[in-house]
Amino acid sequence: MQRFVIRRLGALAVTLLFSSFVIYGAMYLAPGTPESFLVQGRTVSPEVLASIRAQYGLDDPFLLRYWHWLTGVLTGDLGESLTTRQDVASLLASRIPTTVWLTAYAALLIVVFGVVAGVVAGLRGGLLDTAVLLGSSVGFAVPTFFAALLLMSVFSVTLGWFPVFGAGSGFSDRILHLTLPAVALALPAAAVVARITRTAVVEERDTEHVSVALARGVPWRTVARRHIVRNAMLPVTTIVGVNIAALVAGATVVEHAFTLDGVGALLINAVQQKDFAVVQAVALVLVAVFGVVNLVIDVLYAVIDPRVQLGGESA
Amino acid sequence: MKTAVSAPPARRPGGPAGRRRPGGGLSGRLGPLGVAAVAVAALLVLAALLAPVLAPYEPDIGSIVQRYLPPGPEHLLGTDQSGRDLLSRLLYGARTSLLGAAAVVVIAGVGGTLLALVATWFGGRVDAFIGRVLDLLFAFPNLLLAIIVVAVFGTGMAQATVALAMAYVPYTARVLRSVALRERRLPYVQAAELQGLSGVTVSGRHLLPNIAPQILTGAAINFGYAMIDLAALSFLGLGVQPPTADWGLMVSQGQDSLLQGYPQQSLLAGTCIVVAVAAFSVIGERLGGRAAGGRA
Repeated sequence: MQRFVIRRLGALAVTLLFSSFVIYGAMYLAPGTPESFLVQGRTVSPEVLASIRAQYGLDDPFLLRYWHWLTGVLTGDLGESLTTRQDVASLLASRIPTTVWLTAYAALLIVVFGVVAGVVAGLRGGLLDTAVLLGSSVGFAVPTFFAALLLMSVFSVTLGWFPVFGAGSGFSDRILHLTLPAVALALPAAAVVARITRTAVVEERDTEHVSVALARGVPWRTVARRHIVRNAMLPVTTIVGVNIAALVAGATVVEHAFTLDGVGALLINAVQQKDFAVVQAVALVLVAVFGVVNLVIDVLYAVIDPRVQLGGESA
Repeated sequence: MKTAVSAPPARRPGGPAGRRRPGGGLSGRLGPLGVAAVAVAALLVLAALLAPVLAPYEPDIGSIVQRYLPPGPEHLLGTDQSGRDLLSRLLYGARTSLLGAAAVVVIAGVGGTLLALVATWFGGRVDAFIGRVLDLLFAFPNLLLAIIVVAVFGTGMAQATVALAMAYVPYTARVLRSVALRERRLPYVQAAELQGLSGVTVSGRHLLPNIAPQILTGAAINFGYAMIDLAALSFLGLGVQPPTADWGLMVSQGQDSLLQGYPQQSLLAGTCIVVAVAAFSVIGERLGGRAAGGRA
C-alpha cells in the first residue's frame, strides 16, 4: 500500500511538472506582451518600458523565466498580480476557504443524495425507481448555472429563505449562504451518480449469488446490505470520484452565478483582465488539487476492493 | 478545421447511423422515448435552420420603451431588458447554441479519430507518446483546460468552441483508440497490410468505417456535454459575446432581470438548453446502449 501511494505521488509530481510547463508555455505564447497589460494602455517612455521589462525579467529567455517561476512556485512564491500588484499566494489563500466549503458541501450532497437515491431505487423498484430514473435524466440535463438561477429565483427572491449573494462567515452562516450554490453544483453530478448506482444495484440484485443467498434463507435486509449494496459500490466509487474531482473546476460557474469570492471567480476575473500571473498560479493549483483528489480516490478504491492490484500498472 | 465548423448539420447524430441499420431496426433500438428525442432534436435543428423565416422580429434590435413586455399577441413570449423579442432571440439562439455544440463535437471527433488511428496504426513508440500526451491533458479538469485556452486566445465564440473541442479530444481519442486497436488486430487488416496497402488506405477505408458507429455514438453523447459546457463558458463571459443571441448568454443576461422579478428570459433559454441536452443525451444513450453520464 505504501509503495503504491508513493509511486502514485511520484507520478503526480511528474504530471504536475509537465502541466506547469504547459501552463506557463501557453501564457507565454498568448498574443500581446505582458508590459502592455502592465501599463494598461497609457503611453509611457521607452525607458519606463525597459525598466518594467527588467523588473519582471521579460527580456530573459523563455526557459530561464520558466525556471524562475517554477522555483518560485516550489518555495511558495506564486508571483504577483499584474493588475493589482498583490501577492498571488495571499490572494489565493483568501479565496480558498469559500471554494473548499462549497465543494465539500456539494460533494457531501452528491454522495448522500446520489448514492442513497440510487440504492433505494435499485432495491425497491416500482414507482420510486421510475421517479429516480426520470429525475436523474432531467437533473443531468440541467446546467449548474441554470439550476443556480432557478434556486435563486425560487428560494431567495420569491420565498426569501436564503441570501442571494455572498459566502457568509462562521459555520452556520456559511452553511446558510452556501446551501443554494452547493445544491446547484451537486445537482447534475448527483443525477449521474444516482443513475449509475441504480444500474449497479439492479445488476447486482440479479446475480446468482444473491439468488443463492436468498434461497438459503438469508434475510433480505442482510442480503441487500452485505451482498448487493457492498458489491455495487465499486462502480459507484469510481463515478462519485470522477464527479467530485470535476467539482474543482465546476465550482467556477456556480461561484460566478452567486458572486462568491472563491478561487474560480478569481480565475475568471484574471482571464478577463489578462492577468496571466494569476491565471498561471490558479490553474496550477487547481490541477494539483485535481490530481490529489484523483489519487485519494484511487487509494480508496484499492482499500474497498482488495482485488485491485496495488503493485500493478494503474490504467 | 474551418470546413468542419461550417458543415455540422449534415453530421447530425442519428442520420448516418440510421442508414447503416435499415428499416425498423433503428426505431426499435431507440424505443419510444428515443424516437421522441429524435423528433425533438429534429424540431430544434429545423427551428435553428428556419430562424430567419420563423422569427417575427430582428433578434438584436429592441426598443427601450418595450422592455419586459409580458407574453401577448405582439410578442408571443414577451421581451427582454432591452425590449428585444424573446421568441426571435430564442430561435436565433438555437443557431448559435446548436452550431457551437456541433462544431465542438465535430472538431473533437475528427481530432480524436485522427489521434486514435495514428496511435493504433503505428503502435509502439507513437502510441506510447500519444498516450502520454493524452495523460497530460487528462490531468486538467475539462472546464479548466477550456478556460486556459480562452485565456490564451481571447474570449469569443470561435475561441470557446476550439477550447472546448481541445478539452474533449482526450476522451474521444482514448475511447476510439481502444475500439480501433481491437479492429487493427483482426486478420483482414493484417491481410490488407501484407498486400502492401498503405497505412492511410487501410485506416481510412477499413478501420474508419468500422469504428464509425462508436464515433457517432460518442458524438451524440458529447453533444449534450458540449452544449452545457459551451453555455457555461458564455455564462462566464468567456464564450459568445453580446448582442449575439445564444441560450447560455441569455440565461446569464436574464440574471439581473430575474432578480428584479422578470424571470422569463433566463427561464425560457434555460429550458431550451435542458430540452436540447436531454434529447441529445437520450439519443446518444440509446445508440450506445449505456447510461447517461458514461462519457465517450
